[in-house]
Amino acid sequence: MKIGVVTFPGTLDDRDAARAVRLAGAEVVPLWHADANLHKVDAVVLPGGFSYGDYLRCGAIAAQAPVTQAIVKAAEGGLPVLGICNGFQVLVESHLLPGGLIRNENQHFICRDQKLRVENVDTAWTNAFELNQEITIPLKNGEGGYIADAETLKRLEGEGLVAFRYLEVNPNGSMNDIAGLRNERGNVVGLMPHPEHAVEAGFGPDTFGTMRSGVDGAKFFESVIKAVVNA
Amino acid sequence: MPKIIVEIMPKADLLDPQGKAVLNALHRQGYGKIQNVRIGKRIEIHLNDAPSAEDLEGAREIADSFLSNGVIEDVVNIHVED
Amino acid sequence: MNPASLANLDTVAVAATTPDKAQPWKELGLKEDEYNQIKDILGRRPTSSELAMYSVMWSEHCSYKSSKIYLRQFGEKVTDEMKKHLMVGMGENAGVVDIGEGWAVTFKVESHNHPSYIEPFQGAATGVGGIVRDILTMGARPIAVMDQLRFGAVENPDTARVVHGVTSGISFYGNCLGLPNIGGETVFDKVYQGNPLVNALSVGALRHEDLKLAKASNPGDLVILFGARTGADGIGGVSVLASETFDSTGPAKRPAVQVGDPFAEKVLIECCLELYHAGVVAGIQDLGGAGISCATSELASNGGAGMRVDLDKVLKRDESLTPEEILMSESQERMMGIVPKKDLKAFIALVEKWEVEYSILGEVINEDRLYINWHGQEIVNVPPRTVAHDGPVYHRPVAYPTWIDALNGDSVANRGLARANDNATELAAQLVQVVSSPNQADKSWITDQYDHYVGGNTALAQPDDSGMVRVSEETGLGVAIATDANGRFCQLDPYQGAKLALAEAYRNVAASGASPMAVTNCLNFGSPENPEVMWQFQQATAGLADGCLELGIPVTGGNVSFYNQTGDVAIHPTPVVGVLGVIDDVARRIPSGWQDEGHNIYLLGETRDELDGSAWAGVIHDHLGGKPPVVSLAGEKALAELLHGASLQGLVASAHDLSDGGLAQAVVESSLRFGVGARVWLGEIMERDGVDLTAALFSESTGRVLVSVGREDDVKFVGLCEARGVPVLRIGVTDVKGVGASLDGAVVAIKDVADFNLADLRDGWKATIPDLFG
Repeated sequence: MKIGVVTFPGTLDDRDAARAVRLAGAEVVPLWHADANLHKVDAVVLPGGFSYGDYLRCGAIAAQAPVTQAIVKAAEGGLPVLGICNGFQVLVESHLLPGGLIRNENQHFICRDQKLRVENVDTAWTNAFELNQEITIPLKNGEGGYIADAETLKRLEGEGLVAFRYLEVNPNGSMNDIAGLRNERGNVVGLMPHPEHAVEAGFGPDTFGTMRSGVDGAKFFESVIKAVVNA
Repeated sequence: MPKIIVEIMPKADLLDPQGKAVLNALHRQGYGKIQNVRIGKRIEIHLNDAPSAEDLEGAREIADSFLSNGVIEDVVNIHVED
Repeated sequence: MNPASLANLDTVAVAATTPDKAQPWKELGLKEDEYNQIKDILGRRPTSSELAMYSVMWSEHCSYKSSKIYLRQFGEKVTDEMKKHLMVGMGENAGVVDIGEGWAVTFKVESHNHPSYIEPFQGAATGVGGIVRDILTMGARPIAVMDQLRFGAVENPDTARVVHGVTSGISFYGNCLGLPNIGGETVFDKVYQGNPLVNALSVGALRHEDLKLAKASNPGDLVILFGARTGADGIGGVSVLASETFDSTGPAKRPAVQVGDPFAEKVLIECCLELYHAGVVAGIQDLGGAGISCATSELASNGGAGMRVDLDKVLKRDESLTPEEILMSESQERMMGIVPKKDLKAFIALVEKWEVEYSILGEVINEDRLYINWHGQEIVNVPPRTVAHDGPVYHRPVAYPTWIDALNGDSVANRGLARANDNATELAAQLVQVVSSPNQADKSWITDQYDHYVGGNTALAQPDDSGMVRVSEETGLGVAIATDANGRFCQLDPYQGAKLALAEAYRNVAASGASPMAVTNCLNFGSPENPEVMWQFQQATAGLADGCLELGIPVTGGNVSFYNQTGDVAIHPTPVVGVLGVIDDVARRIPSGWQDEGHNIYLLGETRDELDGSAWAGVIHDHLGGKPPVVSLAGEKALAELLHGASLQGLVASAHDLSDGGLAQAVVESSLRFGVGARVWLGEIMERDGVDLTAALFSESTGRVLVSVGREDDVKFVGLCEARGVPVLRIGVTDVKGVGASLDGAVVAIKDVADFNLADLRDGWKATIPDLFG
């Protein structure tokens, strides 16, 4: 089971995404931005960071990279793709997911442990969750505000394409408290929070009982292994 | 040397948090008359020679496909400037 | 290239034949005797480029000329035992310490104070960039950052300008580099109004064999400048020279501020680490203050060889830059590598992979000389040592302050400052006031702007007592860092104050379960031309050096920032001390607050009536006077060893050190950490130690830690304390954990004072900073 983790210049959380993949039991294949060869991976993670310094628009330049062109094509053929934070921005700029992501409403970068509701479990990345399960995943971004026109929002809600919703606190002004989306096919998922930061006990968010014990993010990676194995 | 100017603004009906923040700051400074502030981008494209009509057309394509994100932004102006 | 400028070039040949030409050595900050010294060294007047190099390399910031004679103590007051784990000591870009298992860490703290007043965002951002490059230069992957910030009075409108700019700048740069921010301090005091302090610390990890040094030793090796292009950043002062070689149509103004691009630095970090891994770089130096002047002269001087450089090969952002400006430019995100010719191809392949620009400037030569040419003409010909290391050494006048005896006499007791010992309501109000005051209040409005997750190795971060990062994923080996300073205590007594800062940082590291092993420092002081400030500096450095000797942990490097004053008024002497400790497995870390109901709460250490300079004195009475708390480093050592021993046996569920705000602050913070209440009583402290209620609550006596211990471990724990002679007193029990966002059910009950609703305490504590700056 091989999962590709992409590195653009400026990507920051690729090593953490790789750790999450390894902990889930799959093999990591590093994917370099300039290389259009996906090396026969079974799934791809577009990690968080500031690819190309967030120049022009977050994810805009990364969306043009050879590896991204290859991923778009493969995703159209059903390859599971997870976009985390900057990765979500790349998916949106590549039009694999609709809408846009803009500066946080309060103009500040925010790092917090974020409560989410999993609203769709029929995807390659969420099948290990229970429907409407509440999870806690670290969030850290400055440009995480999800926006879309009224028509798009209606379609997303109507067709059940909202994968995650912010609970208790909307940290960035995202419309409809949307934290993450899925595509129609269910192989592409994008979200602003960082599941790879909640996979190892001792280094994740605090839970009610214990400091840094939260590992809700692990299920993202368990899900994709299940999805690929069962495909 | 004349250059091509591309002006991009966030779509009118979508959020402009930067514009809103600046508006609030101006109000705090006492500029009550200001109704709204919207913030966009101005991009200069420099060529080796003065831009031709073709160059301008090419710039429009670049502006639409890459310099702006049509989902959230509009290209409001492209022109040649000295 | 403007031919007129070339014609006017001040070459070595021209300098040799025009000895009486007037030069702006004074405007560049040199003294007359220093200018003469340069003439003696060279045997002629310097060229304008040489003058620029000497003036900036001999500046206070680069040469440490006023502080050198005092900093020597850190290298002298050292035993062989202390040097055991030291791989690289002071004088290099950063100190390096062996932490075991073949791992080493490098860490350092630095200041970027003045630029942060002028342009807070870029000043703070480039401060982070600069310290991270220092760590990178040692061959390490940077793994964390911390910052120590001191701002002016909260009521002053200019403070908000600086706070917003600095916190955004640190957030912008640090987050974009992918470095977790694991702690630091934020202090408000009117003494920093015109002189905010922005100190930045970084730590990196490396395998022993990856250590790199900043030296050029092999003749024939290439000198390569890579990274960002060189522009006009930071050369404000040198424009004096620019006016010499420019014709009247030249640019009139040059920016004094450096502008940072964290994306460029992130790319540089990854590129450098691959260069190191490939073994293609023999020596490396980052370009910070004094840019190319510094890098060339230091690499040559450290390596005991020389260099020949063609300055026109430097890749420029701005073609109108003069050679003097290029030499002085402080453009960010640049490195200078020494690359053996045989490794050039591999070097180029790697920098091109990362799309990093590079330029071969010259090569290392077998002569003790630095030659710099500009379009074939020699503009610099100097002995590199004289530029980089043999700068002036001042013995500044020192004078015992005329005001300090009176200040020391103006103690809390002598002033008769009112204590509310018989008025529980008043005491309770004072507690709330202290806990919610800006210096004691929650800082998450600031720290939530920093990424603390990236890397996946953060074991402890704010608000815990130290920042702790895992270094080895296999074994859990990690390091903990704490930084502390108390300007108020240092104002009262700089010698004790420096020791107190060391003691506090040391105690914080120990309280998280790590063993302290090395020290860094950032010494922020007023003008060295003020003899009373020099006295403060002399005292503080002695206190720190003596303290390190007594604790047995060496200073591995640091930074001095002078001239932090507005007019005649200097800041409080503020020596920031950073202590680094090692922990064999971060799983053993100790949180700073209790998570369990029904545990016993113990106070370790003794409480004296020591309210002078305390947060209570400042907040309740707006008073600073008297003498700071006494320090017993032997006691701190015993306390640290006890905590280590107890944590190895898993006896301690939480530990929080006592400092500003005393026991009251510690109890409240420990309860707020996980929302678990507590019931404490002070009668036994008062009886055993002979102090009143106010002192029990707010005294800032040192050598004290608050711990929580599970019932089943009580006997063992107390036995351990008694066996090691550490005073231990049970002062309470942990109580109910608050449910939900409103912390239902949680109280902090302090006998004879009040029962505080934990949610109310939290709301007051959490609201202060956002209300002021949000």
